[in-house]
Amino acid sequence: MARFGMVIDTSKCVGCLDCVVACKTENDVPDGFCRDWIATEVTGTFPSLSMEIRSERCNMCDNPPCVYCCPTGASHISDFGKLVQITEEKCIGCKACLAACPYGARFTHPDGYADKCTFCEHRLREGKDPACVSVCPTHCMYFGDLDDPNSEVSRLLESRKSKTLLPEAGTRPRIYFLTDKPK
Amino acid sequence: MREYTTTNSNPFVDISHQVWAWEIPVYLFLGGLVAGMMVISGYLLLSDRWQKPKSVAYVLPAWSLVLLSLGMLALFLDLEHKLYVWRLYLTFEITSPMSWGSWILILVYPALLANLVIALPNALKGRFPSLATLSDRMQERPWVLRSIAVVNVALGIMVGIYTGILLSSLGARPLWSSGLLGPLFLVSGVSTAAALVHLLAKEPEERAFAVRADIGLLVTELVFIVLFLIGLMNASRVQQEAASMLLGGPFTAVFWVLVVGLGVLVPMVIQSLAVARRIGHTHVAPLLVIAGGLVFRFVMVNAGQLSHWTPT
Repeated sequence: MARFGMVIDTSKCVGCLDCVVACKTENDVPDGFCRDWIATEVTGTFPSLSMEIRSERCNMCDNPPCVYCCPTGASHISDFGKLVQITEEKCIGCKACLAACPYGARFTHPDGYADKCTFCEHRLREGKDPACVSVCPTHCMYFGDLDDPNSEVSRLLESRKSKTLLPEAGTRPRIYFLTDKPK
Repeated sequence: MREYTTTNSNPFVDISHQVWAWEIPVYLFLGGLVAGMMVISGYLLLSDRWQKPKSVAYVLPAWSLVLLSLGMLALFLDLEHKLYVWRLYLTFEITSPMSWGSWILILVYPALLANLVIALPNALKGRFPSLATLSDRMQERPWVLRSIAVVNVALGIMVGIYTGILLSSLGARPLWSSGLLGPLFLVSGVSTAAALVHLLAKEPEERAFAVRADIGLLVTELVFIVLFLIGLMNASRVQQEAASMLLGGPFTAVFWVLVVGLGVLVPMVIQSLAVARRIGHTHVAPLLVIAGGLVFRFVMVNAGQLSHWTPT
């Protein structure tokens, strides 16, 4: 059974927002909301500044607080790719999952249910990559099975330096950001 | 320097993206109040104080049913997918406090109804003779009376703790990351219930009992508040930042003036003076306790939502 994850090379990402537009188009995300977004972080002291641009979304955590707090089982870990998914017809819109997510990855869809990135599960089932990965013009995003040591994502994590967001929150995210330059 | 910009929807910019508005604090307040009323009415049944004809035990169950229903209405209004609310009762999610709470609340209604029947108000006795007969038969059996009392106390404690655990289980909000929230919300709920008993009681002895109990509960609440803040200040950086919202940050004035000052300390002093017969009993202290309990929920829910994990 695959355990899908994503690896994003921050040294290649230019923050063009193509991933955001692709997601909104592919998933018909309503106006004013987004399932993925661009975060830009500038650190240091002038003139020694560094900038990191990240394409962010639901981290598909291995230890997902949104799933544990859901009172109806609408938020769940799916058999397909062990992805954190939402069953719209089970969601009562209590917003506990929104409060439980340390990444602010969820929002309430105008139709009332909690919504977030699905890794484009409908595309994965057709053997395609998520829309954001497919359209990235700098090819900074990689998608695959983290449990398969021969997958591209596993090999990248093996050979490059990486980090996850807020590891101290204990959620064990499945989106990794490469932080060094490609060899 | 660290500068972070995001294109994500942001509750700090767009208020419509805040998770919970007025409904949840009101629900938590009314839930805590009813929890306290169940504990007190259970105690009154066990202690035989209810046998006095004007005992508050005859009005608490009806008040509890009304207030709990108003709380549930507030909870329902908060739901974004209202037509699917029945989904709560098709499953039991053991890791979800909200699932525990929804099932516990299902048990609370029959417990309150049983309490209402066994301590049937005179107004209902005349109108529903069959209920009066049932009430008399239940009262003749001490084990029935004791069972109803114990179940009410137990469910009251569970609901009171649940209103705090509901928040503290959401680890992404560092202000709520404390196991003390459960007992703190329980004590606060029982305290507001004692204040309501003070307002409703017609027997002077019951009023004095409510006042003495409330002094003890307010002292306990104050101790829990201090321990809660000490716990946060000695935890991780994000929890310290969360606590600082109440210790110098944007919620400092409302928390220390309205919740701790006017909601706990002032009524504690007023009621202590009344017990010492330096001043007479008035409605001021219980009204302050009830208002303080409501503001406390608003502060905890709103400040908690603003507290968040940030990268170092």
